[in-house]
Amino acid sequence: MGLRTPLYDSHLATGARMVDFGGWDMPLHYGSQIEEHHQVRREAGIFDVSHMGVVDITGADATAFLQYLLANDVGRLQAPGRALYTAMLNPDGGILDDLIVYRLADGYRLVVNAGTRQRDLEWVRGQAAGRQVEVTERRELAMIAVQGPLARARCASVMTDAQAALAERLEPFHGQAEGDWFIACTGYTGEDGLEIMLPAAEAAAFWNALQGAGCKPCGLGARDTLRLEAGLNLYGADIDEQTSPLAANMAWTIAWEPETRDFIGRRALERQRQAGDLPRQVGLVLEQRAVLRSGQKVMIDDREGVITSGSFSPTLGCSIALARVPRNTGDSARVDIRGKWLDVQVIRPGFVRNGRKLF
Amino acid sequence: MSNTPSELRYASSHEWSREEADGTITVGITHHAQDALGDVVFVELPEVGRQLTVGDECAVVESVKAASDIYAPVSGEVVAINEALADSPELVNSDPYGEAWFFKIKPTDSSELDKLLDADGYLASL
Repeated sequence: MGLRTPLYDSHLATGARMVDFGGWDMPLHYGSQIEEHHQVRREAGIFDVSHMGVVDITGADATAFLQYLLANDVGRLQAPGRALYTAMLNPDGGILDDLIVYRLADGYRLVVNAGTRQRDLEWVRGQAAGRQVEVTERRELAMIAVQGPLARARCASVMTDAQAALAERLEPFHGQAEGDWFIACTGYTGEDGLEIMLPAAEAAAFWNALQGAGCKPCGLGARDTLRLEAGLNLYGADIDEQTSPLAANMAWTIAWEPETRDFIGRRALERQRQAGDLPRQVGLVLEQRAVLRSGQKVMIDDREGVITSGSFSPTLGCSIALARVPRNTGDSARVDIRGKWLDVQVIRPGFVRNGRKLF
Repeated sequence: MSNTPSELRYASSHEWSREEADGTITVGITHHAQDALGDVVFVELPEVGRQLTVGDECAVVESVKAASDIYAPVSGEVVAINEALADSPELVNSDPYGEAWFFKIKPTDSSELDKLLDADGYLASL
Protein backbone atom coordinates (compact mmCIF):
# COMPACT_ATOMS: atom_id res chain seq x y z
CA MET A 1 0.00 0.00 0.00
CA GLY A 2 1.46 3.34 -1.01
CA LEU A 3 0.85 6.82 0.30
CA ARG A 4 -2.66 8.11 -0.32
CA THR A 5 -3.93 11.61 -1.03
CA PRO A 6 -7.14 13.01 0.51
CA LEU A 7 -8.87 12.15 -2.79
CA TYR A 8 -8.04 8.43 -2.78
CA ASP A 9 -11.59 7.32 -1.99
CA SER A 10 -12.98 9.73 -4.60
CA HIS A 11 -10.78 8.10 -7.24
CA LEU A 12 -11.97 4.62 -6.35
CA ALA A 13 -15.58 5.81 -6.39
CA THR A 14 -15.09 7.08 -9.97
CA GLY A 15 -13.68 3.73 -11.12
CA ALA A 16 -10.04 4.75 -11.31
CA ARG A 17 -7.34 2.26 -12.29
CA MET A 18 -4.77 2.97 -9.56
CA VAL A 19 -1.02 2.64 -9.95
CA ASP A 20 2.07 3.33 -7.90
CA PHE A 21 3.72 6.66 -8.66
CA GLY A 22 6.78 7.53 -6.59
CA GLY A 23 5.38 5.62 -3.63
CA TRP A 24 1.86 7.07 -3.97
CA ASP A 25 -1.33 5.23 -5.02
CA MET A 26 -2.53 7.44 -7.86
CA PRO A 27 -5.14 7.17 -10.64
CA LEU A 28 -3.65 6.16 -13.99
CA HIS A 29 -7.01 6.72 -15.71
CA TYR A 30 -10.73 6.43 -15.07
CA GLY A 31 -11.54 4.43 -18.19
CA SER A 32 -9.73 5.99 -21.13
CA GLN A 33 -6.69 8.23 -20.84
CA ILE A 34 -7.18 9.37 -24.43
CA GLU A 35 -10.73 10.56 -23.67
CA GLU A 36 -9.44 12.38 -20.59
CA HIS A 37 -6.73 14.05 -22.67
CA HIS A 38 -9.28 15.27 -25.24
CA GLN A 39 -11.50 16.61 -22.46
CA VAL A 40 -8.69 18.85 -21.21
CA ARG A 41 -7.94 20.26 -24.66
CA ARG A 42 -11.63 20.78 -25.46
CA GLU A 43 -13.30 21.64 -22.13
CA ALA A 44 -11.91 21.07 -18.61
CA GLY A 45 -10.25 18.27 -16.70
CA ILE A 46 -9.27 17.94 -13.04
CA PHE A 47 -6.13 16.34 -11.67
CA ASP A 48 -5.31 15.29 -8.12
CA VAL A 49 -1.78 16.61 -7.63
CA SER A 50 -1.77 16.37 -3.84
CA HIS A 51 1.20 14.03 -4.00
CA MET A 52 3.44 16.95 -4.96
CA GLY A 53 5.36 18.71 -2.19
CA VAL A 54 4.42 22.20 -1.02
CA VAL A 55 7.20 23.89 0.95
CA ASP A 56 7.06 27.41 2.36
CA ILE A 57 10.26 29.40 2.86
CA THR A 58 9.98 32.30 5.29
CA GLY A 59 12.27 34.39 7.48
CA ALA A 60 14.57 37.37 7.16
CA ASP A 61 16.98 35.57 4.81
CA ALA A 62 14.35 33.90 2.62
CA THR A 63 15.07 35.89 -0.54
CA ALA A 64 18.86 35.67 -0.31
CA PHE A 65 18.59 31.97 0.48
CA LEU A 66 16.47 31.16 -2.55
CA GLN A 67 18.70 33.31 -4.75
CA TYR A 68 21.50 30.97 -3.76
CA LEU A 69 19.49 27.74 -3.85
CA LEU A 70 17.79 28.11 -7.24
CA ALA A 71 19.11 28.65 -10.77
CA ASN A 72 16.40 31.17 -11.66
CA ASP A 73 16.32 34.36 -9.63
CA VAL A 74 13.46 34.98 -7.20
CA GLY A 75 14.66 38.58 -7.17
CA ARG A 76 12.74 38.84 -10.46
CA LEU A 77 9.47 38.30 -8.56
CA GLN A 78 8.98 41.98 -7.92
CA ALA A 79 5.75 41.70 -6.02
CA PRO A 80 3.81 39.11 -4.06
CA GLY A 81 1.61 37.08 -6.42
CA ARG A 82 4.26 36.41 -9.04
CA ALA A 83 5.74 33.00 -9.79
CA LEU A 84 8.54 31.49 -11.82
CA TYR A 85 9.73 28.09 -13.07
CA THR A 86 13.22 27.01 -12.11
CA ALA A 87 15.70 24.20 -11.79
CA MET A 88 17.28 23.40 -8.46
CA LEU A 89 20.83 22.25 -9.18
CA ASN A 90 23.52 20.29 -7.40
CA PRO A 91 27.08 21.66 -7.36
CA ASP A 92 27.88 19.81 -10.62
CA GLY A 93 25.07 21.62 -12.40
CA GLY A 94 22.84 18.55 -12.49
CA ILE A 95 19.11 18.98 -11.91
CA LEU A 96 17.90 17.92 -8.46
CA ASP A 97 14.35 18.97 -9.38
CA ASP A 98 12.33 21.34 -11.50
CA LEU A 99 9.77 23.39 -9.62
CA ILE A 100 7.61 26.48 -9.43
CA VAL A 101 8.21 29.22 -6.85
CA TYR A 102 5.45 31.65 -5.85
CA ARG A 103 6.19 34.85 -4.01
CA LEU A 104 3.79 35.06 -1.06
CA ALA A 105 2.76 38.09 0.95
CA ASP A 106 5.42 36.94 3.41
CA GLY A 107 8.03 34.58 1.99
CA TYR A 108 7.83 32.06 -0.84
CA ARG A 109 6.12 28.80 -1.71
CA LEU A 110 7.87 26.02 -3.63
CA VAL A 111 5.96 23.23 -5.35
CA VAL A 112 8.18 20.23 -6.01
CA ASN A 113 7.76 16.85 -7.68
CA ALA A 114 6.28 13.93 -5.75
CA GLY A 115 9.11 11.52 -6.54
CA THR A 116 11.80 13.89 -5.28
CA ARG A 117 9.80 15.47 -2.48
CA GLN A 118 11.64 13.83 0.43
CA ARG A 119 15.07 14.32 -1.04
CA ASP A 120 14.31 17.95 -1.94
CA LEU A 121 13.17 18.69 1.59
CA GLU A 122 16.32 17.23 3.11
CA TRP A 123 18.45 19.16 0.64
CA VAL A 124 16.66 22.46 1.24
CA ARG A 125 16.78 22.03 5.03
CA GLY A 126 20.49 21.21 4.82
CA GLN A 127 21.21 24.29 2.72
CA ALA A 128 19.13 26.47 5.05
CA ALA A 129 21.09 25.48 8.15
CA GLY A 130 22.65 28.47 9.86
CA ARG A 131 20.47 30.96 7.98
CA GLN A 132 17.48 32.93 9.22
CA VAL A 133 15.08 30.82 7.24
CA GLU A 134 12.15 28.59 8.17
CA VAL A 135 11.38 25.65 5.92
CA THR A 136 7.80 24.49 6.42
CA GLU A 137 6.35 21.54 4.56
CA ARG A 138 2.62 22.14 4.12
CA ARG A 139 1.46 18.56 4.53
CA GLU A 140 -2.04 19.63 5.49
CA LEU A 141 -2.76 20.97 2.01
CA ALA A 142 -4.22 19.06 -0.91
CA MET A 143 -3.76 20.30 -4.47
CA ILE A 144 -6.11 20.11 -7.45
CA ALA A 145 -5.30 21.24 -10.98
CA VAL A 146 -8.16 22.38 -13.22
CA GLN A 147 -7.03 22.65 -16.83
CA GLY A 148 -8.61 23.46 -20.17
CA PRO A 149 -10.34 26.33 -21.99
CA LEU A 150 -13.39 26.08 -19.69
CA ALA A 151 -11.40 25.46 -16.51
CA ARG A 152 -11.64 28.90 -14.98
CA ALA A 153 -15.32 29.37 -15.70
CA ARG A 154 -16.31 25.96 -14.32
CA CYS A 155 -14.08 26.44 -11.31
CA ALA A 156 -15.47 29.89 -10.56
CA SER A 157 -19.01 28.52 -10.73
CA VAL A 158 -18.38 26.36 -7.65
CA MET A 159 -16.27 28.79 -5.62
CA THR A 160 -17.05 31.60 -3.19
CA ASP A 161 -17.25 35.05 -4.77
CA ALA A 162 -13.80 35.99 -3.49
CA GLN A 163 -12.22 32.76 -4.78
CA ALA A 164 -14.04 33.08 -8.10
CA ALA A 165 -12.77 36.62 -8.59
CA LEU A 166 -9.21 35.30 -8.35
CA ALA A 167 -9.97 32.31 -10.53
CA GLU A 168 -11.22 34.57 -13.26
CA ARG A 169 -8.58 37.28 -13.22
CA LEU A 170 -5.27 35.69 -12.25
CA GLU A 171 -2.71 35.92 -15.03
CA PRO A 172 -0.35 33.09 -15.98
CA PHE A 173 2.42 32.57 -13.42
CA HIS A 174 0.59 34.38 -10.70
CA GLY A 175 -0.83 32.96 -7.48
CA GLN A 176 -2.60 34.39 -4.49
CA ALA A 177 -4.01 33.25 -1.18
CA GLU A 178 -7.72 33.58 -0.45
CA GLY A 179 -8.42 32.52 3.12
CA ASP A 180 -6.93 29.04 3.58
CA TRP A 181 -6.82 28.44 -0.15
CA PHE A 182 -4.05 29.37 -2.56
CA ILE A 183 -5.13 29.81 -6.17
CA ALA A 184 -2.55 29.94 -8.95
CA CYS A 185 -2.62 30.25 -12.71
CA THR A 186 -0.09 27.58 -13.50
CA GLY A 187 -0.23 24.09 -14.97
CA TYR A 188 1.42 21.21 -16.75
CA THR A 189 -0.80 20.81 -19.80
CA GLY A 190 -0.21 23.74 -22.15
CA GLU A 191 -3.81 24.88 -21.60
CA ASP A 192 -5.26 27.73 -19.56
CA GLY A 193 -6.10 26.70 -16.04
CA LEU A 194 -5.49 26.80 -12.33
CA GLU A 195 -3.71 24.91 -9.60
CA ILE A 196 -5.44 25.21 -6.26
CA MET A 197 -3.96 24.37 -2.87
CA LEU A 198 -6.56 23.88 -0.15
CA PRO A 199 -6.97 22.26 3.25
CA ALA A 200 -7.07 18.49 2.86
CA ALA A 201 -10.41 18.29 4.66
CA GLU A 202 -12.04 20.40 1.94
CA ALA A 203 -10.55 18.61 -1.04
CA ALA A 204 -13.14 15.88 -1.64
CA ALA A 205 -16.08 18.28 -1.55
CA PHE A 206 -14.37 20.65 -3.99
CA TRP A 207 -13.40 17.74 -6.28
CA ASN A 208 -17.03 16.59 -6.35
CA ALA A 209 -18.27 20.13 -6.97
CA LEU A 210 -15.89 20.51 -9.91
CA GLN A 211 -17.23 17.28 -11.38
CA GLY A 212 -20.74 18.56 -10.91
CA ALA A 213 -19.72 21.63 -12.89
CA GLY A 214 -18.65 19.41 -15.79
CA CYS A 215 -14.93 18.93 -15.10
CA LYS A 216 -13.73 15.42 -15.90
CA PRO A 217 -11.33 13.59 -13.59
CA CYS A 218 -8.05 12.90 -15.41
CA GLY A 219 -5.28 10.54 -14.37
CA LEU A 220 -1.53 10.26 -14.77
CA GLY A 221 -1.82 8.80 -18.26
CA ALA A 222 -3.50 11.89 -19.64
CA ARG A 223 -1.22 14.12 -17.55
CA ASP A 224 1.75 12.59 -19.34
CA THR A 225 0.41 12.91 -22.89
CA LEU A 226 -0.72 16.48 -22.23
CA ARG A 227 2.62 17.65 -20.84
CA LEU A 228 4.50 15.86 -23.63
CA GLU A 229 2.41 17.64 -26.27
CA ALA A 230 3.20 20.90 -24.47
CA GLY A 231 6.93 20.08 -24.62
CA LEU A 232 7.30 20.07 -20.84
CA ASN A 233 9.96 17.99 -19.11
CA LEU A 234 9.16 15.06 -16.85
CA TYR A 235 11.62 14.68 -13.98
CA GLY A 236 13.07 11.21 -13.98
CA ALA A 237 12.59 10.82 -17.74
CA ASP A 238 13.75 13.95 -19.59
CA ILE A 239 15.74 15.44 -16.74
CA ASP A 240 17.56 14.02 -13.72
CA GLU A 241 20.61 14.62 -11.58
CA GLN A 242 22.89 13.74 -14.48
CA THR A 243 21.24 16.26 -16.82
CA SER A 244 22.32 19.87 -17.24
CA PRO A 245 19.51 22.40 -17.76
CA LEU A 246 21.51 23.58 -20.78
CA ALA A 247 20.91 20.17 -22.39
CA ALA A 248 17.21 20.03 -21.57
CA ASN A 249 15.64 23.09 -23.13
CA MET A 250 15.94 24.92 -19.79
CA ALA A 251 18.67 27.45 -20.61
CA TRP A 252 15.97 30.14 -20.51
CA THR A 253 15.33 29.36 -16.84
CA ILE A 254 18.88 30.22 -15.81
CA ALA A 255 19.22 33.82 -14.57
CA TRP A 256 22.85 34.60 -15.40
CA GLU A 257 22.42 38.30 -14.48
CA PRO A 258 23.43 39.75 -12.12
CA GLU A 259 26.87 38.13 -12.48
CA THR A 260 27.38 38.67 -8.78
CA ARG A 261 24.58 36.26 -7.88
CA ASP A 262 26.23 33.01 -6.94
CA PHE A 263 23.89 30.02 -6.97
CA ILE A 264 24.51 26.30 -6.45
CA GLY A 265 25.78 24.88 -9.74
CA ARG A 266 26.59 28.26 -11.32
CA ARG A 267 30.27 27.55 -11.82
CA ALA A 268 29.62 24.16 -13.39
CA LEU A 269 27.07 25.73 -15.75
CA GLU A 270 29.49 28.47 -16.76
CA ARG A 271 32.09 25.83 -17.65
CA GLN A 272 29.49 23.94 -19.69
CA ARG A 273 28.38 27.10 -21.45
CA GLN A 274 31.99 27.87 -22.27
CA ALA A 275 32.75 24.38 -23.60
CA GLY A 276 29.59 24.52 -25.74
CA ASP A 277 29.47 20.80 -26.42
CA LEU A 278 26.47 19.67 -24.42
CA PRO A 279 23.67 17.80 -26.18
CA ARG A 280 20.45 19.61 -27.06
CA GLN A 281 16.82 18.64 -26.58
CA VAL A 282 14.57 18.30 -29.64
CA GLY A 283 11.04 17.26 -30.41
CA LEU A 284 10.38 14.34 -32.76
CA VAL A 285 7.25 13.68 -34.81
CA LEU A 286 6.55 10.30 -36.42
CA GLU A 287 4.00 10.17 -39.22
CA GLN A 288 3.96 6.40 -39.53
CA ARG A 289 1.76 4.05 -37.55
CA ALA A 290 4.08 3.27 -34.65
CA VAL A 291 4.90 4.77 -31.25
CA LEU A 292 8.12 6.48 -30.17
CA ARG A 293 9.20 5.37 -26.72
CA SER A 294 11.78 6.26 -24.09
CA GLY A 295 15.19 4.68 -24.67
CA GLN A 296 14.86 4.24 -28.43
CA LYS A 297 18.00 5.15 -30.38
CA VAL A 298 17.98 8.22 -32.64
CA MET A 299 20.37 8.67 -35.59
CA ILE A 300 20.70 12.31 -36.67
CA ASP A 301 23.35 13.33 -39.24
CA ASP A 302 25.09 10.00 -38.55
CA ARG A 303 25.36 10.83 -34.86
CA GLU A 304 23.54 9.12 -32.08
CA GLY A 305 20.94 10.41 -29.65
CA VAL A 306 18.21 8.90 -27.50
CA ILE A 307 14.51 9.42 -26.83
CA THR A 308 13.95 10.54 -23.25
CA SER A 309 10.17 10.35 -23.37
CA GLY A 310 7.75 9.37 -26.10
CA SER A 311 4.12 8.50 -26.54
CA PHE A 312 1.07 8.85 -28.73
CA SER A 313 -0.31 12.38 -29.13
CA PRO A 314 -4.09 12.19 -29.01
CA THR A 315 -4.47 15.77 -30.26
CA LEU A 316 -2.20 15.25 -33.28
CA GLY A 317 -3.14 11.61 -33.90
CA CYS A 318 0.47 10.48 -34.24
CA SER A 319 3.45 9.68 -32.05
CA ILE A 320 5.74 12.38 -30.60
CA ALA A 321 8.81 12.36 -28.39
CA LEU A 322 11.42 14.46 -26.65
CA ALA A 323 14.98 13.39 -27.40
CA ARG A 324 18.50 14.29 -26.39
CA VAL A 325 20.76 14.57 -29.45
CA PRO A 326 24.19 16.04 -30.22
CA ARG A 327 24.46 19.77 -30.70
CA ASN A 328 24.92 21.11 -34.25
CA THR A 329 22.73 18.55 -35.96
CA GLY A 330 19.98 19.07 -38.49
CA ASP A 331 16.25 18.59 -38.76
CA SER A 332 15.79 15.07 -39.99
CA ALA A 333 16.50 11.85 -38.19
CA ARG A 334 15.64 8.17 -37.92
CA VAL A 335 14.57 6.20 -34.88
CA ASP A 336 15.12 2.50 -34.23
CA ILE A 337 11.66 1.21 -33.35
CA ARG A 338 11.64 -2.50 -32.54
CA GLY A 339 14.41 -3.19 -35.04
CA LYS A 340 13.16 -0.96 -37.89
CA TRP A 341 14.52 2.50 -38.71
CA LEU A 342 11.70 5.01 -39.24
CA ASP A 343 12.11 8.63 -40.36
CA VAL A 344 11.04 11.37 -37.97
CA GLN A 345 10.70 15.11 -38.24
CA VAL A 346 12.92 17.08 -35.85
CA ILE A 347 11.44 20.25 -34.32
CA ARG A 348 11.89 22.42 -31.26
CA PRO A 349 10.41 20.82 -28.13
CA GLY A 350 6.70 21.68 -28.04
CA PHE A 351 3.95 20.27 -30.21
CA VAL A 352 0.59 21.69 -29.07
CA ARG A 353 -0.36 24.85 -27.15
CA ASN A 354 -3.89 25.97 -26.33
CA GLY A 355 -5.21 23.15 -28.47
CA ARG A 356 -3.24 24.18 -31.55
CA LYS A 357 -0.41 22.44 -33.41
CA LEU A 358 2.83 24.41 -33.07
CA PHE A 359 4.78 23.30 -36.14
CA MET B 1 -21.23 -10.74 -22.73
CA SER B 2 -18.83 -12.30 -20.22
CA ASN B 3 -15.27 -11.05 -20.16
CA THR B 4 -14.16 -14.53 -21.18
CA PRO B 5 -16.90 -16.01 -23.43
CA SER B 6 -17.24 -19.74 -22.95
CA GLU B 7 -17.72 -20.57 -26.63
CA LEU B 8 -14.26 -19.30 -27.61
CA ARG B 9 -10.83 -20.94 -27.42
CA TYR B 10 -7.85 -19.10 -25.96
CA ALA B 11 -4.07 -18.99 -26.01
CA SER B 12 -2.20 -18.08 -22.84
CA SER B 13 -0.73 -15.24 -24.91
CA HIS B 14 -4.23 -13.68 -24.87
CA GLU B 15 -5.49 -14.38 -28.38
CA TRP B 16 -9.04 -15.73 -28.68
CA SER B 17 -10.17 -17.99 -31.54
CA ARG B 18 -13.66 -18.64 -32.87
CA GLU B 19 -14.45 -21.39 -35.38
CA GLU B 20 -16.94 -20.10 -37.92
CA ALA B 21 -19.56 -22.13 -39.78
CA ASP B 22 -17.40 -22.12 -42.92
CA GLY B 23 -14.43 -23.57 -41.04
CA THR B 24 -12.38 -20.39 -40.88
CA ILE B 25 -10.99 -19.25 -37.53
CA THR B 26 -11.57 -15.64 -36.42
CA VAL B 27 -8.87 -14.26 -34.09
CA GLY B 28 -8.74 -11.31 -31.71
CA ILE B 29 -7.37 -10.39 -28.27
CA THR B 30 -9.12 -10.85 -24.96
CA HIS B 31 -10.74 -8.39 -22.60
CA HIS B 32 -7.93 -9.07 -20.13
CA ALA B 33 -5.34 -8.14 -22.76
CA GLN B 34 -6.98 -4.89 -23.86
CA ASP B 35 -7.48 -3.89 -20.24
CA ALA B 36 -3.80 -4.45 -19.44
CA LEU B 37 -2.69 -2.59 -22.58
CA GLY B 38 -4.75 0.54 -22.00
CA ASP B 39 -5.92 2.71 -24.89
CA VAL B 40 -4.98 1.06 -28.20
CA VAL B 41 -3.66 3.48 -30.83
CA PHE B 42 -2.44 1.31 -33.75
CA VAL B 43 -3.05 -2.24 -34.88
CA GLU B 44 -0.71 -3.74 -37.48
CA LEU B 45 -2.30 -6.73 -39.20
CA PRO B 46 -0.82 -9.45 -41.40
CA GLU B 47 -1.35 -9.33 -45.16
CA VAL B 48 -4.16 -11.32 -46.67
CA GLY B 49 -2.64 -14.42 -48.24
CA ARG B 50 0.14 -14.80 -45.67
CA GLN B 51 0.82 -18.37 -44.59
CA LEU B 52 1.10 -18.69 -40.83
CA THR B 53 2.51 -21.45 -38.66
CA VAL B 54 1.08 -21.70 -35.15
CA GLY B 55 3.07 -19.40 -32.84
CA ASP B 56 4.26 -17.02 -35.58
CA GLU B 57 4.35 -13.32 -34.69
CA CYS B 58 1.70 -12.06 -37.06
CA ALA B 59 0.28 -8.79 -35.71
CA VAL B 60 1.21 -5.92 -33.39
CA VAL B 61 -0.96 -3.92 -31.03
CA GLU B 62 0.43 -0.53 -30.02
CA SER B 63 -1.15 1.06 -26.99
CA VAL B 64 -0.22 4.25 -25.14
CA LYS B 65 1.60 1.96 -22.73
CA ALA B 66 3.50 -0.58 -24.86
CA ALA B 67 3.74 -2.53 -28.10
CA SER B 68 2.46 -6.09 -27.92
CA ASP B 69 3.01 -8.94 -30.36
CA ILE B 70 0.14 -11.18 -31.42
CA TYR B 71 0.87 -14.85 -32.20
CA ALA B 72 -0.95 -17.11 -34.63
CA PRO B 73 -3.10 -19.48 -32.53
CA VAL B 74 -3.34 -22.00 -35.39
CA SER B 75 -1.57 -22.62 -38.70
CA GLY B 76 -3.14 -21.57 -41.98
CA GLU B 77 -3.66 -18.82 -44.53
CA VAL B 78 -4.85 -15.33 -43.64
CA VAL B 79 -8.05 -14.93 -45.64
CA ALA B 80 -9.40 -11.68 -44.22
CA ILE B 81 -8.28 -8.78 -42.03
CA ASN B 82 -10.39 -6.22 -40.16
CA GLU B 83 -9.85 -2.91 -41.98
CA ALA B 84 -11.99 -1.07 -39.39
CA LEU B 85 -9.12 -1.23 -36.91
CA ALA B 86 -7.04 1.17 -39.02
CA ASP B 87 -9.39 4.08 -38.38
CA SER B 88 -10.85 2.91 -35.08
CA PRO B 89 -8.21 1.14 -32.98
CA GLU B 90 -10.23 2.04 -29.88
CA LEU B 91 -12.65 -0.77 -30.86
CA VAL B 92 -10.08 -3.16 -29.39
CA ASN B 93 -10.80 -1.61 -26.00
CA SER B 94 -14.56 -1.25 -26.38
CA ASP B 95 -15.49 -4.47 -28.21
CA PRO B 96 -12.60 -6.97 -28.15
CA TYR B 97 -14.75 -10.02 -28.99
CA GLY B 98 -17.02 -8.41 -31.59
CA GLU B 99 -16.16 -5.41 -33.77
CA ALA B 100 -12.43 -5.68 -32.98
CA TRP B 101 -11.70 -9.08 -34.54
CA PHE B 102 -8.20 -8.93 -36.04
CA PHE B 103 -8.06 -11.47 -38.88
CA LYS B 104 -9.46 -14.79 -40.14
CA ILE B 105 -7.41 -17.89 -40.86
CA LYS B 106 -8.28 -20.83 -43.13
CA PRO B 107 -6.74 -23.51 -40.94
CA THR B 108 -4.52 -26.26 -42.33
CA ASP B 109 -4.93 -28.51 -39.31
CA SER B 110 -8.20 -28.17 -37.41
CA SER B 111 -6.91 -30.35 -34.55
CA GLU B 112 -4.74 -27.40 -33.51
CA LEU B 113 -7.88 -25.69 -32.24
CA ASP B 114 -8.27 -28.46 -29.64
CA LYS B 115 -4.82 -27.65 -28.25
CA LEU B 116 -6.02 -24.18 -27.25
CA LEU B 117 -7.41 -23.45 -23.81
CA ASP B 118 -11.09 -23.22 -22.98
CA ALA B 119 -12.40 -20.25 -20.97
CA ASP B 120 -11.65 -21.83 -17.58
CA GLY B 121 -8.18 -22.84 -18.72
CA TYR B 122 -7.45 -19.32 -19.91
CA LEU B 123 -8.68 -17.76 -16.67
CA ALA B 124 -6.55 -20.19 -14.71
CA SER B 125 -3.51 -19.17 -16.75
CA LEU B 126 -3.83 -15.51 -15.79
